[in-house]
Amino acid sequence: MREVRTHEKGQSLFQDALKRFFRNPTGLLGLAIISFFVIASLLAPILRPYDARRDRDLRARLNPPSAEHIFGTDELGRDLFVRVWHGGRISLRVGLTAVVLALVVGTFLGLVAGFFGGWLDMFVTWLVDILLAFPGILLAIAIVATLGPSLRNALIAISVTQIPIYVRITRAVTLSLRESEYVQAAHALGSRPGRIIFIHLLPNGLAPLIVQLTLSIGVAVLDVAALGFLGLGAQPPDPEWGVMIRDGFRQFLRAPWMSIFPGLAIFFSVVGFNLLGDAIRDVIDPRLKNV
Amino acid sequence: MTAFVVRRLAGLVPVLFGVSLLIFFITRIIPGDPAIAMLGERGSEQTLERLREELGLNRPLFFDATGFRTSGRLVQLFDSQYFAYMKGLVRGDLGRSVFTRVDVSESLRKRFPATFELTLVAMFFAMVLGIPAGVWAALRRGTIVDTSVMLLALSGVSFPVFWLAIMLIYLFAVTLGWLPPSGRLDVSTQLQPLTGLYVLDGVLRGQWAASWDAIKHLILPGIALGTIPLAIVVRMTRSSMLEVLGQDYVRTARAKGLEERSVVNKHALRNALLPVVTVVGLSFGTLLSGAVLTETVFSWPGIGRWVFDAIAARDYPIIQGGVIFVALIFVLVNALVDFSYALIDPRIQYG
Repeated sequence: MREVRTHEKGQSLFQDALKRFFRNPTGLLGLAIISFFVIASLLAPILRPYDARRDRDLRARLNPPSAEHIFGTDELGRDLFVRVWHGGRISLRVGLTAVVLALVVGTFLGLVAGFFGGWLDMFVTWLVDILLAFPGILLAIAIVATLGPSLRNALIAISVTQIPIYVRITRAVTLSLRESEYVQAAHALGSRPGRIIFIHLLPNGLAPLIVQLTLSIGVAVLDVAALGFLGLGAQPPDPEWGVMIRDGFRQFLRAPWMSIFPGLAIFFSVVGFNLLGDAIRDVIDPRLKNV
Repeated sequence: MTAFVVRRLAGLVPVLFGVSLLIFFITRIIPGDPAIAMLGERGSEQTLERLREELGLNRPLFFDATGFRTSGRLVQLFDSQYFAYMKGLVRGDLGRSVFTRVDVSESLRKRFPATFELTLVAMFFAMVLGIPAGVWAALRRGTIVDTSVMLLALSGVSFPVFWLAIMLIYLFAVTLGWLPPSGRLDVSTQLQPLTGLYVLDGVLRGQWAASWDAIKHLILPGIALGTIPLAIVVRMTRSSMLEVLGQDYVRTARAKGLEERSVVNKHALRNALLPVVTVVGLSFGTLLSGAVLTETVFSWPGIGRWVFDAIAARDYPIIQGGVIFVALIFVLVNALVDFSYALIDPRIQYG
């Protein structure tokens, strides 16, 4: 005889999603990796305060990895373990800020374009098409090359390149729901556009937006490093991972460890965000599972 | 189909116009005097003035209203930086390098084959490895094979390209000494360029040794640049295969007793490849921009490396020209992908 299980109370979608997430091993791995980086970054200034401008020890230049310096030292005798650790603070902070900025601007533009339509929609679509005409980090490179190289300008540039995807997502959601009955009903009841947008339309776009946000952070972390490597992002002596690889590239015949460890740090943090993003997508929107 | 092509191409006009406008703005918002920004401390007052004259920085940005009023001629109204810039663009004139004085469009033409050859190799690498891997993972869905292939693919999109490039050089060029670390040819190899694609040039001129040398130089940068597209191809092939394998016609093929190999190769794979081809086409532009990083590490004399050097020197005409060129290629390739898609798959109607 089959056992029939009934729930006393219905499960909320969120609880359901959470339950499925915790059954997803790769997602949990991603979460563990990201938690590790976040906790390490938060603890860094407490456990090991670091001042990049004062840090140098010319007696310990280019030391290979050892018990004392587990990631080795660079040409100024700086301990690479400490620098990679503190570099995580920069990458995570800048990556997250750039993506959130893009999310806010992009979502706003997408909602407005989809909701009001007409020339406003055409204008926004035009802007997005222009931004999408620049592949990869090319636009970011062009922007920073003009604004001048700095971490802040790199953040702005990366953020701009990420805007289109959010516009597209929210615009698509808004367009598909604009004619739906409950939105029509809200109109009929005299709700103002702002209310309809934020109460009725935005929540429906949340799932794809959250998935995209997680995946975008990985991309942003890579872009921050790439700009740093090209000399367009963070500047020495900041312990940014891309800048460290740039330093390491100059010394890589004598001291390969200088580039190996910051690179591994980038790789693992990005893998973490990608695993997490994939898992969240599977959990929130199973239809997209194989995409 | 013709109507679709025409409409798609017409749609490019406002986008390309926007691109040119954006680049114009970006290069004009340089804080302070762009001439000083470019020449820096090196510039004498004379050279600065010459540069301002050449870039038209003395002229108004969009419309010369004062000039129009005083002279009364309509032409004077359009004697502005923007119209001079647009006139150059339409003619394919991207100006000259501030420092070396070489013509930007001319240099782009000369350097493009290097980048193009590298891009082709990267795409070849991605497809030759990616499609079988994706098919394999799809056929073994849910097994350890599938999970491993997918994890590897996920790692592939998580590598910083420039770091991977450095590691490849360190391992295969420095430590093992199997492959050259940089450049397109050995210094000792003499090859008179014909198409600019050195492997092809070697074949055309009958210099097999030169072709082989060019191939050896292409392997490491090709792998570095091709890793991200490889990962994307694997994921796309797998998901596309999974979808096709669930279709009725595949079940029919199996039901009538066809060999599994024939089912997979003839019925499933052919139909699954369409989205894969699209993804490969679309990643072409991403490869062009990724080339900035790869070419920098491998000292590859292509467009990416050139633009990178120009950034360091603040040589704006080169940056501006290079970026516009890559954007143009990218937009055109995307349109071509759309056309081929419509050609291959008659189900798609672009009314």
